[in-house]
Amino acid sequence: MTSRDLILGRIRAALGDTGTVAEQPLPRRYLSAHAPADDPAALLDLLHRNLTDYRALVHRCTEAELPSRIAELLAARGSRTVAVPAGLPDGWLTAAVGVEPLPDDGSLTAARLDAVDSVVTGCALAVAETGTIVLDGGPGQGRRLLSLVPDHHLCVVRAPEQVVASVPLALPRLDPARPQTWISGPSATSDIELDRVVGVHGPRTLEVLLVTV
Amino acid sequence: MSDTFLGMPAFPQAAARAVRDRQLRANLRHATHTIRDKRARAVAELPDWAELRSAGKAIKDHTLRHLDRYLVQLEEAVTAAGGTVHWAADAEEANRIVAGLVHATGTTEVVKVKSMATQEIGLNEALAAEGVTAYETDLAELIVQLGEDRPSHILVPAIHRNRAEIREIFADRMASWGRPAPEGLTDSPAELAEAARLHLREKFLRAEVAVSGANFMVAETGTLVVVESEGNGRMCLTLPRTLISVVGIEKVVPTWRDLEVFLQLLPRSSTAERMNPYTSLWAGTTRGDGPSEFHLVLLDNGRTAALADQVGRQALRCIRCSACLNVCPVYERAGGHAYGSVYPGPIGAVLTPQLRGTASPVDASLPYASSLCGACYEVCPVAIDIPEVLVHLRERVAEQGGHPVERAAVAAAGYVLDHPAALAAAERLAGRTRALHPRRLPGPGRAWTDSRDLPEVPAEPFRDWWRRNRT
Amino acid sequence: MRVALFATCVNDALFPATAVATVRLLERLGVTVDFPAGQTCCGQPQYNTGYRRACEPLVRRTARAFAGYDHVVTPSGSCVAMVRDNYPRIGARAATEGRGGELTDAATALAPRVIELTEFLVDVLGVEDVGAHFPYTVTYHPSCHGLRMLGLGERPLRLLRAVKGLELVELPGAEECCGFGGTFAVKNAAVSAAMAEDKLANALGTGAQVLCGADNSCLLHLGGTLRRRGDALRPLHLAEILASTEEHPWRPS
Ligand code: SF4
Repeated sequence: MTSRDLILGRIRAALGDTGTVAEQPLPRRYLSAHAPADDPAALLDLLHRNLTDYRALVHRCTEAELPSRIAELLAARGSRTVAVPAGLPDGWLTAAVGVEPLPDDGSLTAARLDAVDSVVTGCALAVAETGTIVLDGGPGQGRRLLSLVPDHHLCVVRAPEQVVASVPLALPRLDPARPQTWISGPSATSDIELDRVVGVHGPRTLEVLLVTV
Repeated sequence: MSDTFLGMPAFPQAAARAVRDRQLRANLRHATHTIRDKRARAVAELPDWAELRSAGKAIKDHTLRHLDRYLVQLEEAVTAAGGTVHWAADAEEANRIVAGLVHATGTTEVVKVKSMATQEIGLNEALAAEGVTAYETDLAELIVQLGEDRPSHILVPAIHRNRAEIREIFADRMASWGRPAPEGLTDSPAELAEAARLHLREKFLRAEVAVSGANFMVAETGTLVVVESEGNGRMCLTLPRTLISVVGIEKVVPTWRDLEVFLQLLPRSSTAERMNPYTSLWAGTTRGDGPSEFHLVLLDNGRTAALADQVGRQALRCIRCSACLNVCPVYERAGGHAYGSVYPGPIGAVLTPQLRGTASPVDASLPYASSLCGACYEVCPVAIDIPEVLVHLRERVAEQGGHPVERAAVAAAGYVLDHPAALAAAERLAGRTRALHPRRLPGPGRAWTDSRDLPEVPAEPFRDWWRRNRT
Repeated sequence: MRVALFATCVNDALFPATAVATVRLLERLGVTVDFPAGQTCCGQPQYNTGYRRACEPLVRRTARAFAGYDHVVTPSGSCVAMVRDNYPRIGARAATEGRGGELTDAATALAPRVIELTEFLVDVLGVEDVGAHFPYTVTYHPSCHGLRMLGLGERPLRLLRAVKGLELVELPGAEECCGFGGTFAVKNAAVSAAMAEDKLANALGTGAQVLCGADNSCLLHLGGTLRRRGDALRPLHLAEILASTEEHPWRPS
């Protein structure tokens, strides 16, 4: 007998008593959101607050200002090199003069990225209630290691279309076939005396640019 | 479970030693109280917490009830997504599978994401015996590994260490495992975290194989979910060519949608955050992104035995948030090591005896390692009635024939309590002889009178007062 | 109104003053109290130590003893919790073990009628000011069973706040277990004693003269520790405070 058959057999034997008991429907009486899902301005404020609360650096700008804001933020950190995921909108880095873009064609290694100053990405969506941005490898988001190895991650969120209120509203908009990374603030640990310290292995600085029209 | 824990003393002796350790008690008190209050605030933010909790409980119960079906569905989905599924009936088989997979890659090193399941099966020791070094990459696990220590908490395995002790371990031990700790390292948590970052980075960059667990597996989509804070999980799940995840069979949930419940319950209950910094979700392999080979090892190792117990099976709902540890007054004073298992605290006291049985002294003592105060049940995000399971397991221990004196006492009391006249006579006798009662008792009663006086026995029991005054 | 008093074995044998106080308090509020002599023990100690089957005769006995009373009032939260939560479980287990529904019937007949003293006062009689007088500083320890299993909530505190002359001071860490836990106190004596120590440090820190509780088993443990240490803080059951009046003040025994 294979272990597969053994385990499945043990499970069926263990559940022998449950067959006769009628099953109740799953209670899903929880809320689909805790914030008003139909007030984009309030949602954006909430996202901003929650991101800040977990020590992401949050900025706002308009679509037109985006290239210059990205350039400013990279310059403020003194970033010389920036990883560029495939599909990042062309205009985003045009104003960043003096910064060397490293477009990812699938060949950037972790070792190379370890020496890169920053990475600029978009996102799949952001969750206001939890202060979370979700990357799913779509255009402008890149392979997972891109937003992981460099120490500075600058992420652009477009409001209102990419902002959802809650986790229950986020999941149906995401494709389970894609690998996802949900990011809520910079890397952190509570391992020393259960106190939160920011900055371990992931990017120690997470900057989020909230872009409105 | 791991051999490390065999031959442990029973809980009361180990706990008594821990209680006398002032430093340990101070460390635990500080840490558990910090997180306890934060959890309460994080939970209070959600007005529908009770509804989320009952949904979490119901989803898990439903899954367990159809566990065979969901595991088969999961296997199909993972396979379709490019992964390979293995089934391990016990620890030995799981270790053998993992060692074989590592050998096949030709490497002798693996990086590990913190995982309870791999600790439970003693994977690191098993790999070491096969010439493979496993590097723990979670900060607390690193502290434990470098300190040649044992984990004492589900979420924060080094909770028994304070920052000064951690600094010492890093300064003394990092060099023999790889990059040494920076000169002049202080005990500031930020500096300690930085030391870990530097020490582990070289290991991440060269690792070819990673081993992880998972918090959830989705049958419908073949998705695995790892919830973490530091980014070591992302490193392990993303950089190596081969990823091996060892996951208990009870971690499956039916649908993608079900994650909406657990991704709300878990972070608030465990680290007391609205959301933990990083959550990774993946199904099988993805071309050009992350590992090109993915293996899922589904682990039984006693879980089906727990599933067979009508009262005990609710422990399989556990999502390992550790909230029950953080509120437990016994855990707070006894520490995690006294539980003699990788699963300490209230959940350990109900899970370990079900996974390992109740034959050894420590396992037979675990169901009694609780005052039944109910704080664990109150905070448990999947509403495991831990006191109910504890009492149920006590029955199992009592029935296996331990505690002969106690058994005789219960039998004698049973007679008296079913005969009110005999009870009244016994009460009166106690009242008449009360001047003779000693302050300290011999034998088993000493455990009471070591720290407490006996109550003064009243001159007459209530029964007699009633008869004199009201009849 | 006529009620049955479920004194409980611990109060009967070791704390008769609490049972007497409960009788006097209820009578003062116009309630007629019976003490059915067939009652003994609810079986909690045996049940919680793993001797479920030994409780079955006590389930039958207790249900029989209190048959016919709408309210079975007891000054012990943990015994109420035993009847409410565990009697039905004992019945259900007996049924799955093929021993019929008789214990379930006994449990379901009794459980909804058993009521803890403060529940009875606040919910059934609808009183908070019971006309008591107790000129001492008091801090209140809400025992785990009352707090978490019965959900007594603010009831005991509301009753205490209405007592004339009484100054109520908040107990830090009130919701933490005192470490009694029945046989836990003996089986894990070291941890139990450490829990009592911390609880008492909090209680002594309030400067109160009296440590009030609504479950004498916890007070047995805390009181025993206090006496061993020679501390002046006096453990006292809530019923005795509520029974105390200007005409018949509580006196230390
Ligand atoms: S038993 Fe409940 S509270 Fe304890 S770790 Fe498991 S899920 Fe969390």
